[in-house]
Amino acid sequence: MNLYSLTLHELQTKLRKREISSQELTEAVFQRISATEDRVHAFITLCHDTALREAKRADERLGREKESVPLLGIPIALKDIFLTREVLTTCGSKILGNFIPPYDAATVKKLKGAGAVIVGKTNLDEFAMGSSTENSAFFVTRNPWSLERVPGGSSGGSAAAVAADQCVAALGTDTGGSIRQPAACCGIVGLKPTYGRVSRFGIIAYASSLDQVGPMTKDVMDSALMLEAIAGHDPSDSTSINAPVPPFSRYLDGDVKGLRVGIPKEYFIPGMQPEVEQAVKEGLRTLERNGIETEEISLPHTEYAVAGYYLVATAEASSNLARYDGMKYGLRVPGTDLGGTYMKTREQGFGPEVKRRIMLGTYALSAGYYDAYYLKAQKVRALIKKDFEDAFKTCDAIITPTSPTTAFKIGEKTQDPLQMYLSDIFTISVNLAGLPGLSVPCGFDSDGLPIGMQIIGKHLDEATILRIAYAYEQATDWHKRKPSL
Amino acid sequence: MKISREEVQRVAALARLSFTPEEEELLTRQLDKILQYVEKLNQLDTEKVEPLAHVIDIVNGFRNDQVIHEPAVDALLSNAPAKENNFFKVPKIIE
Repeated sequence: MNLYSLTLHELQTKLRKREISSQELTEAVFQRISATEDRVHAFITLCHDTALREAKRADERLGREKESVPLLGIPIALKDIFLTREVLTTCGSKILGNFIPPYDAATVKKLKGAGAVIVGKTNLDEFAMGSSTENSAFFVTRNPWSLERVPGGSSGGSAAAVAADQCVAALGTDTGGSIRQPAACCGIVGLKPTYGRVSRFGIIAYASSLDQVGPMTKDVMDSALMLEAIAGHDPSDSTSINAPVPPFSRYLDGDVKGLRVGIPKEYFIPGMQPEVEQAVKEGLRTLERNGIETEEISLPHTEYAVAGYYLVATAEASSNLARYDGMKYGLRVPGTDLGGTYMKTREQGFGPEVKRRIMLGTYALSAGYYDAYYLKAQKVRALIKKDFEDAFKTCDAIITPTSPTTAFKIGEKTQDPLQMYLSDIFTISVNLAGLPGLSVPCGFDSDGLPIGMQIIGKHLDEATILRIAYAYEQATDWHKRKPSL
Repeated sequence: MKISREEVQRVAALARLSFTPEEEELLTRQLDKILQYVEKLNQLDTEKVEPLAHVIDIVNGFRNDQVIHEPAVDALLSNAPAKENNFFKVPKIIE
């Protein structure tokens, strides 16, 4: 077995026993990147030299420290939306094409404090706006399972890098499904924690009431370990929740007897890929054999989620992205006067999808349309949140497919923005309600493409969805399959 | 049509964006299609529903009003497209 293909928890044990060094492991990961990156294109920036220095430091600490430092010596990749001190951070946009942050995001600081080795910055849809990573201003990332297909998005680079063993684990962000959908497309585990569970300080904002940071990993245990490392209250993020962080990994014992899981009938819709439906239903039977009780439930406002989301998210985006004016950082394209400079900078700096969303959001917030669009969407958001509150009166978790289809072909949906938006149909409600959601591999279609099962939890109850996902993983071996690259 | 070419021009000006005539035409069609789709929200009676701006109760995070020098001025200015001494240099605003 190659070092780069092992999981975080396996490597943690080997590092602590001093069977391997972080330098060996980091070298192995970079060799793997050299061997595969010309086909996958997961990274915008690689941090080879600093990573090896961090690995050397980790090895020194491993020799010294008896107590466990959770991620000590583990190579981790970051979506290029996390501010990294002195490392280029583009957010997939030309407008930040030369941006070198003067500080680290709170989560990056935590990872570094926990001993992680930062491998590099992964590709994404520009400003996290997209479901395929095709909206990156720089290049298209390929799905390691099938190179002519998308890895999903917007955290497509992180998902592809984990699936291709180019890092041990990665971080992504999820505003409408951007961790879970690419995780499903690439056959890995992706967790969007409860809104407020993880600090957003130092992640580049898209839609602030929905954005959340989360781990993208090779298995469920790794997901729990990563969440432990990044979760917790941060006074620098006013929306960060001040609640204790449970030792998630210690709850993973495979015992899920008596837990009640709701299956929302609205998530099995005409037009979805039949193999996805079959794989998820088969997954539910596996869980039932392990003692889970399932019941059909209803989340009646599901069909309104995409419409509500695209008004709320774009309204927030139009306001968040007003800061890119060419004055303090990023691109500046001089015009004849101040107004002209703003216009030219934004015209040349933003790509078409970002402009489209700024336009939609500006329209929804503009005088005469605010009540009809933005306020209406916020009211529908309240109804969607209430659907979940009602459902959770009788069940401990909810299970659905993560995405209606497996990974689609590059170029297939780029001409039709609405079709692209609909690939997030099963993940968006979770963001609107602020709940935790996790995607775990649950099978493959006839083209050999991975399928994901989504497990949705109660507010702040990541523990239960991790437990269910872990029990499922113990009973199956989908997560052990690797793409042939 | 939910949105006209003129409205697209008006919104573009508000958003400090500019488009070529071809882009404007494409964008009008695309936004129209999206707005027709979101029209489905009107099937719902939300007369008595309180709008939800945020899923958690946010309390203001007060802190002491203290001067801190991290990140340093140089670091914060390091990405400025133009600067002079300790200032961002911007185009002339007032005639």
